Amino acid sequence: MARITASVYTSHVPAIGAALDLGKTGEPYWQKVFAGYEFSKTWMKENRPDVIFLVYNDHATAFSLELIPTFAIGTAAEFQPADEGWGPRPVPVVKGHPELASHIAQSVIQDDFDLTIVNKMDVDHGLTVPLSLVCGQVNEWPCPVIPFAVNVVQYPVPSGRRCFALGQAIRRAVESYDEPLKVQIWGTGGMSHQLQGARAGLINREWDNAFLDRLVADPAQLSQMPHIDYVREAGSEGIELVMWLIARGAMADVAGGAAPRVAHRFYHVPASNTAVGHLILEDA
Amino acid sequence: MALHKPYTDIPGTTIFDAEQSRKGYWLNQFCVSLMKAENRARFKADERAYLDEWPMTEEQKQAVLARDLNRCIAAGGNIYFLARIGATDGKSFQQMAGSMTGMSENEYRDMMVAGGRSIDGNRRIGEDGSAQPHRQPQGAHAAKSGGA
Repeated sequence: MARITASVYTSHVPAIGAALDLGKTGEPYWQKVFAGYEFSKTWMKENRPDVIFLVYNDHATAFSLELIPTFAIGTAAEFQPADEGWGPRPVPVVKGHPELASHIAQSVIQDDFDLTIVNKMDVDHGLTVPLSLVCGQVNEWPCPVIPFAVNVVQYPVPSGRRCFALGQAIRRAVESYDEPLKVQIWGTGGMSHQLQGARAGLINREWDNAFLDRLVADPAQLSQMPHIDYVREAGSEGIELVMWLIARGAMADVAGGAAPRVAHRFYHVPASNTAVGHLILEDA
Repeated sequence: MALHKPYTDIPGTTIFDAEQSRKGYWLNQFCVSLMKAENRARFKADERAYLDEWPMTEEQKQAVLARDLNRCIAAGGNIYFLARIGATDGKSFQQMAGSMTGMSENEYRDMMVAGGRSIDGNRRIGEDGSAQPHRQPQGAHAAKSGGA
């Protein structure tokens, strides 16, 4: 049987990708960001999964205003890095896992979550920057990746409560897959940031750290937080943090098991406009 | 029944909801077209002619030509779409975000390095934080030229 081994949470700032791709990682500004991922790169080598289920949001890249799926699962064999206007990032093609992705789609949809199934989709920085941060600059990604895109661009976006429940359904789906795969689930985006208007540049360090505390210790209660609190306290783009609740919902303790171990925690301001948060939780 | 909007009392913040999306549909779809290198080249060669291929309002076209992202957002634009214009110009997200505050690029960058914009006074319209309407535009240049 397949199983969830760990969950990884990280911001996915596009400037981090640019810093990597343009060779700026040695600059003091960026060293402070990348220092928080040194542990993670080693951890990833020692705890390599068979598949990464990667929750992220598409930034008006694969999905324009023509089509806005709330939850979209990538079931293709591969996904190309997108041209977001600066040209595609020079990173490896993302290989999917069509069999597991299709199994999860079937299980989760029959568990009452109406996913959109996507067989052709370019993936943007929301997906490739977390991979770069945790896997490093590589010629190929260490394992297949199932992209799972959440709409957080046009309101209404899904509630934290819905995301948390979806994570639980994803765990059930993974555990009902016959092949003995080790699966990591990643939640990305956030933390506090606002990219628009007179309030651009908003950072709320205290709120972010309380979010990290609550995500570890009491995600069920955290999942009840309404959207308006994210937007008011963490900025209009801070709403991306609802995606972290999908990954957290897939951990064993939510299904009645043991509490996860906090393998790593990092927080830094700033990367470009954004507060960088990063957590690794291991299932017992 | 009208859309419930609990988010209209946050200063300097426009939530991209169904109403904004309808208003900005063609502006945002124009931005999507800039994800292709050949379209970026055509836009750069003659911006006005390229914009005239789209059923956008004149205000939307003028806002794009002026690279005034606040005006673009008021006209229904969303920052993730508008970022394609900045990318076409070779601008980073930080330059784009900063341009909406009135601060110079260096002032905005310095604010971020110092920990970012404080939440204090910026939760609700009517408080006294840096994002409040009565304190715009921000930055030393704005103050010198007669701003708040």
